[in-house]
Amino acid sequence: MSERVTGSEALMRSLENEGVTTLFGYPGGAIMPVYDALYDHRDTLNHVLVRHEQGAVHAAQGYARVSGKVGCVIATSGPGAMNTITGIADAMIDSTPIVVICGQVGAAMLGTDAFQEVDVIGVTQPITKWAYQIRRAEDVAWAVSRAFYIAKSGRPGPVVLDFTKNAQTAVVEYESAKVDFIRSYVPVPEWDDNVILQAATMINASKKPFVLVGQGVELGEASCELKAFLEKAQIPAGCTLLGLSALPSDHPLNMGMLGMHGNLACNVKTNECDLLIAIGMRFDDRVTGNLNTYAKQAKIIHFDIDPSEINKNVKVDLAVLGNCKDTLAAVTSLVKETNHQEWVDSFKPYAEREYEKVTKKALAPIDGPLLMSEIAHKVSEATNNEAVLVTDVGQNQMFSCKYFKFTHAHSVITSGGCGTMGFGLPAAIGATYGAPERTVCMFTGDGGLQMTIQELGTIMEQGSPVKIILLNNNFLGNVRQWQYLFFNKRYSYTPMVNPDFELIAKAYDIPSRTVILREDLDDAIREMLETDGAFLLQCVVKEEDNVLPMTPPGANVDEMILEIE
Amino acid sequence: MKKNDGSQCGTCDTCGKCNDQNDCGIRMYTLIIYSENIAGLLNQITAVFTRRQVNIESLNVCASSTPGVHKYTISCYCTEEMVKMLTKQIEKKIDVLQANYFLEDEIYIQETALFKLSTPVVLSNKNVSRIVRFHDARIVEVNPNYVVVEKSGMTDDILALYEKLKDCDCVLQFARTGRICITKGCVELLDEYLKVRMMKYDLQKTQQQ
Repeated sequence: MSERVTGSEALMRSLENEGVTTLFGYPGGAIMPVYDALYDHRDTLNHVLVRHEQGAVHAAQGYARVSGKVGCVIATSGPGAMNTITGIADAMIDSTPIVVICGQVGAAMLGTDAFQEVDVIGVTQPITKWAYQIRRAEDVAWAVSRAFYIAKSGRPGPVVLDFTKNAQTAVVEYESAKVDFIRSYVPVPEWDDNVILQAATMINASKKPFVLVGQGVELGEASCELKAFLEKAQIPAGCTLLGLSALPSDHPLNMGMLGMHGNLACNVKTNECDLLIAIGMRFDDRVTGNLNTYAKQAKIIHFDIDPSEINKNVKVDLAVLGNCKDTLAAVTSLVKETNHQEWVDSFKPYAEREYEKVTKKALAPIDGPLLMSEIAHKVSEATNNEAVLVTDVGQNQMFSCKYFKFTHAHSVITSGGCGTMGFGLPAAIGATYGAPERTVCMFTGDGGLQMTIQELGTIMEQGSPVKIILLNNNFLGNVRQWQYLFFNKRYSYTPMVNPDFELIAKAYDIPSRTVILREDLDDAIREMLETDGAFLLQCVVKEEDNVLPMTPPGANVDEMILEIE
Repeated sequence: MKKNDGSQCGTCDTCGKCNDQNDCGIRMYTLIIYSENIAGLLNQITAVFTRRQVNIESLNVCASSTPGVHKYTISCYCTEEMVKMLTKQIEKKIDVLQANYFLEDEIYIQETALFKLSTPVVLSNKNVSRIVRFHDARIVEVNPNYVVVEKSGMTDDILALYEKLKDCDCVLQFARTGRICITKGCVELLDEYLKVRMMKYDLQKTQQQ
């Protein structure tokens, strides 16, 4: 029996039907009827009031990445919607399932440059998986269901629903809708037995296979299948930045991180293997370096759910389309139990060389100021490597991702493809809702923190237990490193004059501590982790530290700089 | 047709400037795309070309023979590698049903052009009517001021007619449509696709029950 309700009430019911429990948002004129309806659903829909709409989207991303569910955002029209753009673009390139619902002026006023009117669909179409304008209350149930289906299925991504004010207030017979099929959209391509057989044959024939693990493994919930595959055929693997927690860090076949600041062994072996097996990754330029010399000696198999990723950057010999959870299992059943011990052992000398030249100094410096690397390592250890790592962007991101260790899937939340500074703090807030039982450690720099620092207000209001580790070098460190290396040490606008971050934390009622000396670090980390709720740990770190090793942009992937004079 | 506007590779015959030994692989490809009839899709489809910096030479959008399904016919010069990428990225759009690309010899192509000619010049220059007849064009309107001529055919035929009429100095206006095409193959790709999709849907429903 259907009931007559407003479009806004229909939206609330549709969200509940989709299993939404947490919303991140910010009210405004053109979304007020929705907020009015939300007032009656406070028991079931927990709305987190952020301090800026960009924060809402990053929070939804953090929520989605840690929980595997769809993150949901509500914002108003015009400026509210425009403030969500950075987060939407970030979610698109990092395949994060979110649904952003924006208010819009009434349908009769569309196109008239009405107050707070922006062509949201026009602006968001290129950076969303789907963008749709709801102009009639009758369409609400269908559009919301379709939005969640599209955001979550196949290769996930962001969806925008632009909700005109007349549709929010109009009264309609509400009937729930369930979209689970769109004839023009094939979320998961069907896998082909012949291709699986070919892949297995290539793998069985290979003497020196190497696996590249991407976020697709996490998105496909295929960590177990990946482990079974690697272990059966004894194939060493490297992970992309977003795929770091798809395979436990201490797994004997996990050789570390790929790419520009990845591990030496992984990058050298990419150009030595005879078979490169890419799983749920997209050969980003930060992973491949110079494409003209990338893995030219190897045959390449690419497992992916998205046909448009095949042959986009790197030409492959075999494409295995489908969800890697299924395709990996199918291939595993056909590969022979093998022992590539000699090949696996050949990674060791490179790992040792990196340890001698880089890691040893990074983790156990004898003197001098604190290093970002040792802090990341110690925080990870203090959490038994079980925490969720959220990072901002820059040196703090590279150091923390390199030296944090992971034991569970869905443990690394970072802005990969977009490299959005300011991502960390709001994403960490979202992660505390997505995984309330886990410790969330957020590494940030003095630059990135100040891009979304207003979200400390959200932490204060919500009591979000975010452990903020501020690696303060009074520099925009990553740009400074590049200026040092490639711009003749001309530090153009990278030194920063910073506020007293402890005073800021105090203003937001967040306990804090500053560490300068190495001997205080352990105790400070202990205090941070033992404190209930949020904590700001400011670490005064070496001003001019460099992330190493490094493949310079455009260089061959195996030509890594290990030392800088 | 040779192109000389410098927009192509500039190194081989197929694209207009260089010789065949130096083939850069650039060809005229025609994409035939089917989508649901949803506003704003054209924008999304052309944006794929813009992002990849490929110029659209010709574009036609119309209803297809399947109710509710729109057909886009888009031609461009690019390499096969590029056209494959464009096709996949277009097909990735949620409401696009199917995208395929074809070379010139895999499709029947037609364009239509309209010429508005000055009646006094047409009457004074005997060549004009000879040219119109020679090119198999139709006169669809005559009045004391102008004559309207219609010509359907391939791009080259139409442009050849235009060049000759231009030489007679009688062309007041000239308009040419985008190309429309149908495929030569015996399998109707869209019908096959829709059939398979509906079978999948029925199967999914049965499994759910």
